[in-house]
Amino acid sequence: MELFVQSLVSGLLLGGLYAAVGVGLSLVFGIMGLTNIAHGCLMILSSFFIMVFARHMSGSVVAAFILTVLVMCVIGALLQGVLINRVLAKGPEPALLVTFGVAIVIWNVLQLIFGADFKSIPSPMASVNAVNTRWVVISGEYLFNFAVSAALILVLHLVIQKTLFGRAIRAAASNVVAAELMGINTGRTYIYIMCLALATGSVGGLLVGQTFGFYSYSGMSYLIIAFGVVVIGGMGSIIGTLLGGVILGVAQLLGAYFFGSGVQILVGYLTLLTLLTLRPRGLLGNMTRE
Amino acid sequence: MNDNGLLTVESLNVDYGDFRAIHDVSMCFPKGAIISVIGSNGAGKSTLLNAIMGVNKARSGRVFFEGDDITGLRTSSIVAKGISMSPEGSSVFENMSVYENLVLGAFLPGPRKKRDILLERAYELFPPLKEKAKQQATFLSGGQRQMLAIARALMSEPKLLICDEISLGLAPVVVSDIYSRITDVNETGVTVVLVEQEVKRSLDYSDYSYVLVKGRVVMGGLSDELDEKEVKDAYFGINQYA
Ligand SMILES: Nc1ncnc2c1ncn2[C@@H]1O[C@H](COP(=O)(O)OP(=O)(O)OP(=O)(O)O)[C@@H](O)[C@H]1O
Ligand SMILES: [Mg+2]
Repeated sequence: MELFVQSLVSGLLLGGLYAAVGVGLSLVFGIMGLTNIAHGCLMILSSFFIMVFARHMSGSVVAAFILTVLVMCVIGALLQGVLINRVLAKGPEPALLVTFGVAIVIWNVLQLIFGADFKSIPSPMASVNAVNTRWVVISGEYLFNFAVSAALILVLHLVIQKTLFGRAIRAAASNVVAAELMGINTGRTYIYIMCLALATGSVGGLLVGQTFGFYSYSGMSYLIIAFGVVVIGGMGSIIGTLLGGVILGVAQLLGAYFFGSGVQILVGYLTLLTLLTLRPRGLLGNMTRE
Repeated sequence: MNDNGLLTVESLNVDYGDFRAIHDVSMCFPKGAIISVIGSNGAGKSTLLNAIMGVNKARSGRVFFEGDDITGLRTSSIVAKGISMSPEGSSVFENMSVYENLVLGAFLPGPRKKRDILLERAYELFPPLKEKAKQQATFLSGGQRQMLAIARALMSEPKLLICDEISLGLAPVVVSDIYSRITDVNETGVTVVLVEQEVKRSLDYSDYSYVLVKGRVVMGGLSDELDEKEVKDAYFGINQYA
């Protein structure tokens, strides 16, 4: 019983981290209709940036993270402004292929520079237990991950629902021509969205890098997790990614509890397939794209 | 009427693939006037307006606004110059409230600063919008939807307001109501372009009219001087113009 409760709680907290991994993918899909295959690789790229910057900034992960967010915003702006916006005009499928190419390039460049060794980002909370009772032990790190992700998603949700920028984003998502007729430069809006998505990806890259560590080829596995989260929660729904992350996390860890850790990932995706059969548009539907 | 045009179109051609939808169209929209563009289904009215707004790209020809060449500019930049359009079928943002739709109309920095004043004005012009302010646009009636599209277009304080078939599918009394509102707007100095299929209504409400048949201008001039019967003949393509 203790182990069951422990699995449930850990799954829930793990789900928070998964949400941070997936929310950028959801944002880009919800607003541009683009499936960004490079999302996972860009996230792992940010993990590498944080690791390298931290080494050069006397170990300050916070400073390294802030710098990484800035760098990722520049990369996002270039990627969207120079590459994807042009291709997106011809439809979402060619743009998807472009992101696939970007994923391969990032993967190979990382492999070339860093090899295939295990890396990680130092975490001050790695060995602290926030809660330690007979029923559950909650590591400070997991709690931190969940709190950061939940805050990130809440802020994103509020920005999109309540601010003029958010309204402009939703307008561009629902009807590009009508949005342009409001004076909204949708090309520029897409650039902001990609920057925002990569900034959230950097949060994912930080948490993943601290909690699990990473390899130069980890991007694709995280892309699959991001897909899982976004498909369960509903493509384009921000709050849905938190729900999707939690469901995926809980399903994985309960799967491990009942059937052994070897099938944890499999159980996660069986849950995904089941939910997908029941609700093809995801749990929280689709709030942006019409 | 070609001297003091707020907007002029010069030898515009617009294609969809191999099909030419607009042939060598030239027009002049005089400042302060109401101009109607009359044509039947498929005449090319929306194509022409979309080309002016930069939604469609012109194959050749030029569009000038206040003397500036605006051909090929991005739609949002054209809006920023002072042209606003209520598109065919209204294109309101369905998942947003009436209020949010209006707020988006005042997205540009200038109008954004005086948003509350502009909102008040919009509600005064179309009181039903005030009642429905918090409701999602999906729940509006056809007439209210058109009101919202026009009010939203006016939120950017345009010098030129273009309305693409606002009467489509609406009861005649609703249409008259909306048209008289548009006349009020025109009296505040806004130049208005109305696109219509109804010949009589177009001539009644406008100062100048153009008749478009199969992508060509076949007639144009002061609405008072155009004969309804002749316009109708031209419209249906049964005289030498077609
Ligand atoms: N996207 C498109 N692709 C190909 N042909 C098009 C397209 N849009 C319009 N057309 C064609 O161009 C011509 C002009 O169409 P347009 O929509 O401009 O007419 P309209 O005068 O606005 O008609 P309506 O009164 O029905 O709105 C028509 O023959 C139409 O079939
Ligand atoms: Mg039309």
